[in-house]
Amino acid sequence: MSIGRNISRIAAGALFAGTALTLAVPASAQTEIQWWHALTGANNDVVNRLAAEFNASQTQYKVVASYKGSYADTMNAGIAAFRAGNAPHILQVFEVGTATMMSARGAIKPVADVMEEAGKLFDPNVYLPAVAGYYSTSKGEMLSFPFNSSSTVMWYNKDAFRKAGLNPDAPPKTWPEVFEAAKKLKATATPNCGFSTAWVTWVNIEQFSVWHNIPIGTKANGIDGFDTVFRINSPTHVKHFANLAELAKDKTYVYGGRTNTGEGTFTSGECPIMLTSSGFYGNVKANAKFDWGNAPMPYYPDVPGAPQNSTLGGASLWVMGGKSSNEYKGVAAFFAFLSDTDRQARLHTESGYLPITKAAYEKVKASGFYNANPYLETPLKSLNNKAPTENSRGLRFGNLVQIRDIWSEEIEEILAGKKTAQQGMDAAVARGNASLRQFERTVSR
Amino acid sequence: MERRALFGGKLLPYTLLLPQFAIVVVFFYFPAGQAVWQSMLMEDAFGISTEFVGFENYQILAADPDYYKTMLTTAVFSILVAFLSLSCGLLLAVMADKQIKGATIYKTMLIWPYAVAPAVAGVLWLFMFQPSLGMLAKMLRSWGVDWNPLLNGNHAMILVVLAATWKQISYNFLFFLAGLAAIPKSVIEAAAIDGARPMRRFWTIIFPLLSPTAFFLLVINIVYVFFDTFGIIDSVTGGGPAGNTTTMVYKVYQDGKAGSNLGGSAAQSVVLMIIVIALTAIQFKFVERKVQY
Amino acid sequence: MVERQTLFARILPHVVLITGVCIVAFPVYLALLASTYDAATVQTGQMTLLPGNQMLQNYERILFSGTNSTTREPVGTMLMNSFIMAMVIALGKIAISLISAYAIVFFRFPFRMAAFWLIFVTLMLPVEVRIYPTYKIVADLQLLDTYTGLTLPLIASATATLLFRQFFMTVPEELVEASKIDGAGPYKFFKDTLLPLSVTTMAALFVIQFIYGWNQYLWPLLITTRDNMQTIVIGIKKMIVTQDALTEWQLAMATAVLALLPPVFVVVLMQKLFVKGLVETEK
Repeated sequence: MSIGRNISRIAAGALFAGTALTLAVPASAQTEIQWWHALTGANNDVVNRLAAEFNASQTQYKVVASYKGSYADTMNAGIAAFRAGNAPHILQVFEVGTATMMSARGAIKPVADVMEEAGKLFDPNVYLPAVAGYYSTSKGEMLSFPFNSSSTVMWYNKDAFRKAGLNPDAPPKTWPEVFEAAKKLKATATPNCGFSTAWVTWVNIEQFSVWHNIPIGTKANGIDGFDTVFRINSPTHVKHFANLAELAKDKTYVYGGRTNTGEGTFTSGECPIMLTSSGFYGNVKANAKFDWGNAPMPYYPDVPGAPQNSTLGGASLWVMGGKSSNEYKGVAAFFAFLSDTDRQARLHTESGYLPITKAAYEKVKASGFYNANPYLETPLKSLNNKAPTENSRGLRFGNLVQIRDIWSEEIEEILAGKKTAQQGMDAAVARGNASLRQFERTVSR
Repeated sequence: MERRALFGGKLLPYTLLLPQFAIVVVFFYFPAGQAVWQSMLMEDAFGISTEFVGFENYQILAADPDYYKTMLTTAVFSILVAFLSLSCGLLLAVMADKQIKGATIYKTMLIWPYAVAPAVAGVLWLFMFQPSLGMLAKMLRSWGVDWNPLLNGNHAMILVVLAATWKQISYNFLFFLAGLAAIPKSVIEAAAIDGARPMRRFWTIIFPLLSPTAFFLLVINIVYVFFDTFGIIDSVTGGGPAGNTTTMVYKVYQDGKAGSNLGGSAAQSVVLMIIVIALTAIQFKFVERKVQY
Repeated sequence: MVERQTLFARILPHVVLITGVCIVAFPVYLALLASTYDAATVQTGQMTLLPGNQMLQNYERILFSGTNSTTREPVGTMLMNSFIMAMVIALGKIAISLISAYAIVFFRFPFRMAAFWLIFVTLMLPVEVRIYPTYKIVADLQLLDTYTGLTLPLIASATATLLFRQFFMTVPEELVEASKIDGAGPYKFFKDTLLPLSVTTMAALFVIQFIYGWNQYLWPLLITTRDNMQTIVIGIKKMIVTQDALTEWQLAMATAVLALLPPVFVVVLMQKLFVKGLVETEK
């Protein structure tokens, strides 16, 4: 490619040298740090406030936060920009993109190096183990800066529960109980929906597998090597999707789309039960005009060992390669600013994302905050429910962003009744494996 | 046709052509060549490692059932939009061609959707058919239709077809109107004297005279569906559900996104290039004939 | 008329046309309606077919301050970007094609036909088949997020060049001869004779290309990364794909109305030129 790139530079450059020069970025006294992110709504406010506070706290650097669309769009934009030679300094990448980013050692700069070079104290041990482990190599080197971490919880509408004669303080614990409750809710309180799930693959494949201690793929869900294959057509997986497909027929289960666009049906009161990220908290608090609560994800009681523990979702901040040392100093200063315990504690209590440092967690706990707001502790309890096993430590699959789309397609076919659950999940495995092999081939060289 | 009266000047014509040339070479030919070259490479997402693989990307494409599904989707989409927008355009044009009061106002009121951006048209239709709040979606539900374009591929297809048709009717309407105006009134009157009924008169006399216009419009409509509906698909369905509204152009965009499969995406670009060349050839062959006619 | 028209035959066209007009206008009417309600009414589907009372607030909010949930860029900025993009593309295309066609028709020089074909063949290379490489070149030239990057690659135009070429070929031979006898050189002939003759063609082309430029989607989607460079058509799409917030449909619809008004105005006000342009470029 480099030959092509050079020819294009020379050819085009010769013709347009004048234009290009005059349009170069104007010099500025402050060093600008570009931060591309994917947060909207209440969390978008948090991002902008953080940037503004940092900018007000010093004069050397200016963090410019830009919303770049969905998580996938933001990652795409970052990769495209890197290929074009103008990547942002900081790129927010959701957890599924972790393997792709990790394998691109030339494109990213490990956050540990950034901090060390800037002379900032950086101790991975201050982070909650579940968080630090997720974003570190097998050698324990932390590659990205954990920003907004979340886990899956089940949100439910207490008013609707009351209307349906269900106990609002005893939410269903198992999937069969959820199905029963959803049928009752649909029959009495919410005629268009019994329950729904946002992030359909994250909730129903990834977290589902981890929570039931069954593998998503071999090699400890890909953490031990890229030569992993998927295992998501197990009887438990197939049974779950067969159940969903059956319930989707009469809207007891409502498909909520591939991302979290369907979350609005919970806050509007249309769907009384919604399985999605704990980071939904800010929007529920702001927009739900009813009494609500959340609970751990349900499980199938006949699966041995369930519930196991949940794993992380959310996103981390990656530092892109090829910037000047002065710019990296700015990034380090910003990360140090973010790591401040008070700030972390506030971030956690305002946004519903998890506290990522031990100190912040302890501080919030000591303040008695969870007594008044038990719903912010639900995801933490799920994460730490049991000591992680090989199947629940985390997951690291290359091309997972694309594979999620493949899985979503197959799930859509199952829910639309075009394929049986077995056929759909078999295809999900086969097509997913093909994508894994393609990834393995392009990175291992 | 060649001119005799000309200007001299050796450098001047080249200077005049230079701006157009510079743009065409830098932004058209060079990237097109790059697309061909890229289609023979396999790369990681960040473009750090690259391998020359010859025609392997094409082989993978040829063996991919998804690609055939995309072709089928594109064909179905094209046929539906072409058929619907052509017949609506024709019907309205025939009605507006009659010597009736207010014909100009009708014309104005019918042609403006041409100016609406495809993406905006998509958003307008999405709003009407959004399952939980759309006015028409609620109406459908009250009639017992389980309207769900998020999950039902046919519903999603109906939605993008409606939005695409809505936008294209005005174009077809205008061209049919021009075609009708070109038919000598004497031909129609002669048929009327022969006692042919209006419907029969239309199908046996007027429609055959319109067929060159109709054929031209068919090609234009297919080109429209191929390329200009990108905005509609991206804003309404994102190609889903289950890839049921992913057209060939949309797949080029999707597969190349995030650099995940730039080689495969480029191979699809080359296939598309061949299709465009074929379509353009048909179009021009036809235009040539029409000029003679 | 040879035959007597029945009442039915006289009314039928009006019925069909009025139905057509209503169907065509309905989506925009609904958008207009939605933009006059508050978020809750639209969100819960309580909207009726009569306007609400939030119109001023909604339009003021999007025009000057933007939506809350995604891009904070006010729609006013986006409108400005779209306008600049559409104007530069339309005028640029006309200027570049005009002089290219002039060179091809009124001069004889080596490789004249090759030059013609070089331009002509670009018809077969729509942006969709060269998306990523073109993006890369624009990036290499440091033109991402600039008006130049937004417009320059779209300024080349085979259709416009063909149109002008065809028009120039109909210019009577005698006119050229007469100018030459008057001692006019290529510049004077172009300015004093050809340009005035081309005004209608240029105007018709302008209408079509303004709409083309305003409605661009894929290209600005790829090459604008900064909020303040977004065009309004892209802005709407971003408003709808909000992740964890409810889509603010009343604002999205107000933006849609603002996005479609300028090109629709152009079509309605310059209808004659529009039709001429459409028929002559045949796309």
